[in-house]
Amino acid sequence: MDVAIHNLVKTYNKGEVNAVDNVSLGVAKAELFGLIGPDGAGKTSIFRILTTLLLPDGGTATVNGKDVVKDYKLIRREVGYMPGRFSLYQDLTVEENLGFFANLFGTTIQKNYDLIKDIYVQIEPFKTRRAGKLSGGMKQKLALCCALIHRPVVLFLDEPTTGVDTVSRKEFWEMLKRLKAQGITILVSTPYMDEANLCERIALMQNGKIMSVDTPPKIIQKFPTALYAIKASAMGRLLVDLRQVDFLASCYAFGEYHHITFKPGKEGEQQTLVQLMNAKGHDDVEIKRIEPTIEDCFIKLMN
Amino acid sequence: MKQFLLFVRKEFYHVFRDRKTLLLLFGMPIAQILLFGFALTNEIKNSKVVISDQARDEASQQIIGRIEASRSFDIERVAMNQAAVESAFKSGKIKLAIIFPANFNEDLMHHHNAKIQIIADASDPNTASTLTSYASAIIMDYQKDLLKTYSLAMNIHTDVRMIYNPELKGTTNFVPGVMALVLLLVCVLMTSVSIVREKETGTMEILLVSPFNPVLVVVAKAVPYFFLSLINLTVIIILSVTIMEMPLNGSVVLLYFESSLLILTALSLGLLISNNTDSQQTAMLISLMAMLLPTMIFTGFMFPVENMPKPLQIISNVVPSKWYYIIVKSIMIKGLGLRAIWKETVILGGMALVLLLISFKTFKTRLQ
Amino acid sequence: MSDEVVIKTEKLTKKFGDFVAANELTFEVHRGEIFGFLGANGAGKTTAMRMLCGLSIPSSGSAKIAGFDVYKQRDQIKKNIGYMSQKFSLYEDLTVLENISFFGGIYGLPDKRVREQARTLINELGLGKEADKLVGSLPLGWKQKLAFSVAIFHGPKIVFLDEPTGGVDPVTRRQFWDMIYDAASTGITVFVTTHYMDEAEYCNRISMMVDGVMKALDTPANLKKQYKAQSMDEVFFELARGAKRKAD
Repeated sequence: MDVAIHNLVKTYNKGEVNAVDNVSLGVAKAELFGLIGPDGAGKTSIFRILTTLLLPDGGTATVNGKDVVKDYKLIRREVGYMPGRFSLYQDLTVEENLGFFANLFGTTIQKNYDLIKDIYVQIEPFKTRRAGKLSGGMKQKLALCCALIHRPVVLFLDEPTTGVDTVSRKEFWEMLKRLKAQGITILVSTPYMDEANLCERIALMQNGKIMSVDTPPKIIQKFPTALYAIKASAMGRLLVDLRQVDFLASCYAFGEYHHITFKPGKEGEQQTLVQLMNAKGHDDVEIKRIEPTIEDCFIKLMN
Repeated sequence: MKQFLLFVRKEFYHVFRDRKTLLLLFGMPIAQILLFGFALTNEIKNSKVVISDQARDEASQQIIGRIEASRSFDIERVAMNQAAVESAFKSGKIKLAIIFPANFNEDLMHHHNAKIQIIADASDPNTASTLTSYASAIIMDYQKDLLKTYSLAMNIHTDVRMIYNPELKGTTNFVPGVMALVLLLVCVLMTSVSIVREKETGTMEILLVSPFNPVLVVVAKAVPYFFLSLINLTVIIILSVTIMEMPLNGSVVLLYFESSLLILTALSLGLLISNNTDSQQTAMLISLMAMLLPTMIFTGFMFPVENMPKPLQIISNVVPSKWYYIIVKSIMIKGLGLRAIWKETVILGGMALVLLLISFKTFKTRLQ
Repeated sequence: MSDEVVIKTEKLTKKFGDFVAANELTFEVHRGEIFGFLGANGAGKTTAMRMLCGLSIPSSGSAKIAGFDVYKQRDQIKKNIGYMSQKFSLYEDLTVLENISFFGGIYGLPDKRVREQARTLINELGLGKEADKLVGSLPLGWKQKLAFSVAIFHGPKIVFLDEPTGGVDPVTRRQFWDMIYDAASTGITVFVTTHYMDEAEYCNRISMMVDGVMKALDTPANLKKQYKAQSMDEVFFELARGAKRKAD
């Protein structure tokens, strides 16, 4: 395991806040691992402990076989870290930032250029522009280059896609896949559930606890009941009416469709449901069975 | 109007819920009133005076008796030769010397014409003027009493000599103090703010998670300010020497060396402050409060340290600018060399070293 | 949703020197509509919103917000709208009650009404026990819901929401949208930007800004037909892919 965490605990405010509550997980070599969860789930605290910036209050953690407390100096040589807010020097140019970070790690831009080439060519036209004047997507790419410039063994990316538009996000994940193919272990955190599918394995986190760790398909397999999608022409009203149906166990809006589950023993009631909705004046009611998404699983685990 | 009051009420909430700033807001004025009201004064008290009584006769003993009885003087030594008097002035231990020549009594009683020499350290012209006035007044009084007793005019001529600053220029007091202030302020403020800015923007996190010792990154920050301060120093010296007629009697190299020590101290202080603060605003506040006030009060250029009550004099010993001030005056005004100020240099250098060590040791290698 | 037009712009433009941040925007929004204002970062969304909120003066073109002219009646506009963003919503060092009272009073509501409405609101949100706690101590989801309620506290005609659900857990996100639906049903127009494409589906109509120009304006269903897409995600991708400014 490149990253191994056992019963990790981190509290703030003299024990009042359980930021990390007995977390255990492992990340294998060259794995693309996602920590999925909303703000306050504990993702940043875990990252900071793994990158040796914070001391845990309980439990142990190792990165590339080294202990985060005792061997922190060694770990700091070998990991790449991209904290939230893409910490870059705003008044240095793209080139200067990259050069600085290369120097910081005792290497040169040329030495590991092959690793960052695909990413860097996209921002190279702007290499004399100050980092502060780049768009969110550009900053993200530059920060990634700076984190990779020394060819780290493990790459920690804390919410790298927050505040970035959809297109840039997709490109970013493509870059991560190529990096993984080069043998770099990558640990990413994100609040976006749709990005979970892009990881090899994920951990769903909420309130400092891990709710589930597995590959996305397996987590989806573990969804306990059948899931259905239903839509009609007036979605807002449909949601209200569905919530009043007593044989439905859950009902959540999911964009174009609402996702519903039936109470145990009531799975066969789909047509009854359609009739009920028609009776309430809904047109074009459509219902179908679907495979759950990670978000469905997350919501199920939250309750 | 009502909306305005709503805003006012909200602002009250903000102010009272920020405990740290509140402490400063209420604490500072109280400290200032106490200090300025009770401790700091321009009044001359307990100035150290050396009396060289080469006459040891009746008249000189009487005058010395009266001087001793005066509250303003603290007679350090009695009976010294010329060389001893000179070295006492050089070491800054005395502010005034009164020299009675041999045969003082005879000159006075039989020739009706005696001379007393008064030498004052005019590197602090205010103190020098005041002290010589006090001494002269006491001697005049004695002369008047002689007139009453003997109904004969007996002339005691006081030969006043202001050394180090014969023209009694006020700049000699001020300029060294301003030098200390400028060097300290710029270095402490800029260094602490610059380091804390890294914390605020988040780049400090990345610096920490790297093989490079982050303390060295911080030292790298201090280097530009070191050179900037030397340039500042040069400008002040040039201006004060050319425009304000400040003397520069000693070694310039020594001056720069000593100034570098003060700069080092200031940079370490800046680092120390940044180790313990997380926001640029706090760093700025502390730098200004912690630097400006003690420097102005305890350096000795606005209020002579000897005039302060004992506890404050002791406090002034830990203020680096106090020692720098003595050193600069010794070099620029008195033209002295390292041999005369080695003690102060060691103290200043020691402070720089200790502060440097403490700030390195307390540098946080982690975020909490 | 009614036919009454609450936002009407005609070739609304904002230039910064030579750079055209928002280019001749022309559109209408109706009362009670949930209008999704999408676009990549740097596309000109924020610039456009600031003009609509009366925060910045357009370079050319015209607009009427809640019936008030965007050049001459900016103060009136501000009184009739609400605003909430991800970056700032409430004062962290004031309590829940203090925040509500403050913002209610600022918008000119009489004291008695503020007090009553505040109590109702706190109960509705289930924040009864937290009324006197500092907002900074609330979890993010609660803060966002409270911030939204405060933004519509004074009954504005339009409420502008700038990425209100960023970083929030999926359940709270949906509760938030329940609140948006409720507000819209009472006649408040909701002008919302978001990066969640499923949320785009909840809107009555969507507009997409690309390189400062409004490239699409239609219902989600029509847009999907037009671009032959299965989801709003794909529509967005189609439209944003060719953008030049995203590489800026």
